[in-house]
Amino acid sequence: MSSFARPAPGTWTEHHSELGTGNVSFEDSISPEFFELERDAIFRRAWLNVGRIDDLPRKGTWFTKELVAARTSLLVARGMDDEVRAFHNVCRHRGNKLVWIRSPREDAAGVGRQFVCKYHGWRFGLDGGCTYVHQQDEFFDLDEETLGLAPVHCEVWAGFIFVNLQPEPEQTLREFLGPMVGALEDYPFDRLTDRYSFRAENRSNWKIFIDAFQEYYHVPPLHTHQLGPTARNPEATFEAAHYQLDGPHRMVSTSGSHKHRFPAEHLYPSEVLFRSGNMGPWDAPEIEGTRNGVNPGEVRSWGIDNFQVFPNLELLLYERNWYLSYRFWPTSHTTHTFEADLWFAPARTARERLAQEYAAITVKEYALQDCGTLDGTQMGLESRAFDDFPLNDQELLVRHFHHTVGRWVQDHLSSTLRGAP
Amino acid sequence: MSALLPPEFADLEPFAETWCLATEPERWARRLDSSMEDLRAFYDACFPRAEEAIAHCDRFDLHALPDDAARLLELLHSLALVSYAIEVWGEQLPVHTGAAVIDRIGEPRP
Repeated sequence: MSSFARPAPGTWTEHHSELGTGNVSFEDSISPEFFELERDAIFRRAWLNVGRIDDLPRKGTWFTKELVAARTSLLVARGMDDEVRAFHNVCRHRGNKLVWIRSPREDAAGVGRQFVCKYHGWRFGLDGGCTYVHQQDEFFDLDEETLGLAPVHCEVWAGFIFVNLQPEPEQTLREFLGPMVGALEDYPFDRLTDRYSFRAENRSNWKIFIDAFQEYYHVPPLHTHQLGPTARNPEATFEAAHYQLDGPHRMVSTSGSHKHRFPAEHLYPSEVLFRSGNMGPWDAPEIEGTRNGVNPGEVRSWGIDNFQVFPNLELLLYERNWYLSYRFWPTSHTTHTFEADLWFAPARTARERLAQEYAAITVKEYALQDCGTLDGTQMGLESRAFDDFPLNDQELLVRHFHHTVGRWVQDHLSSTLRGAP
Repeated sequence: MSALLPPEFADLEPFAETWCLATEPERWARRLDSSMEDLRAFYDACFPRAEEAIAHCDRFDLHALPDDAARLLELLHSLALVSYAIEVWGEQLPVHTGAAVIDRIGEPRP
């Protein structure tokens, strides 16, 4: 029985006929060869979100970002002119990794006016220009114009810093984001600045973990404990209220589960004490700003928007005026780094701080169930016990994602064969 | 030994040294290293005083808390974390965590 209207001809999946309804292979998540193709086809071609403007709060701040899948490290800096620029984090002289602190393989961040290469002391400004060559007169025919760092295309959208590693991106960032994601541009992200950050090194293909967050079919069986013992029902069903696809991007809206309206006897004592939980702090702050692009399906009793921005960014916008961002960075065909950030309006009181804290704790508790399960999913897929797998209508986004990844890889192979760049 | 918590919360003083911890990584490690009996003792003592403790902290500016109120707020953070072990899982880790590890690497202070 459906609680929500589905588009013609009766299911979300059939509405997108190009996706089919057949079984889906996850060979793309266990094949080392496929991952080698994804490096160029996706991670050196798509716009990638590497941070937020909050990571560069003032002139001279910078951070590095290891992009293992794209086989490079980036240096992202806010110049004295407030421009955000990205470069390959590589010294022009002999190719040494320019900036690192604890280890060349770890991300770093800081503030300053210039970058000094540890190896031979060459220096570069925040704009990437070379400002000093040690023993310059020992060199032959140095062309000062070519001594700067290698720039990477970098654009900021709604405070999110994106890069593109193509020599000339096929699309601007806004073209790439398209109308569905692009409509969120005026969401008041900049007012949600209290940040809780998490990181995990997971033993699965990056796509398999994204899959765990783009369907809610798994929620009643795996996350049974999200409801207190009296309300718990492992046979409960979950039906999302709205699905939408736009190019490589996709989204799902959920309805209901507004815990602040539940009777207290169905809640955990600490949910009632801290007035918070898996839907965030109950006492939502008033946040001005438009909500264009939010709840595009005009779902009644709307709860969460889950935007999956291709290839590896997820934005979860909550009815209680806070949001989550997830990023999934492959480090091999069977491992990835998971980054999560929770963003709230600045807490004004201890009570508000504790409500945020309880929400942040809740996210980690249930994400551990997702991460724990993940390990077993990857092992199961690698057994090749089955070649393909049935997906239901609530798993439309999983189907669309693997279809899209396959198409990007295919496009890349075709253009390589044609000899195009 | 001088008191760590405000005098009104002297009954929680036995837990202060263990549970007044400034960051989630410290609190998480302490939850995992504690027996369920110890977690239960802390929870049972602290939960009934929590509402009053929150109200005490909110007599001050969040960003200018006196030291003893700041430690009381840390204790409440620990209560929130320990509540999952007591109320939800009945053990230190979430069901089905397996070998997974998630580190909190940033948070607002206080």
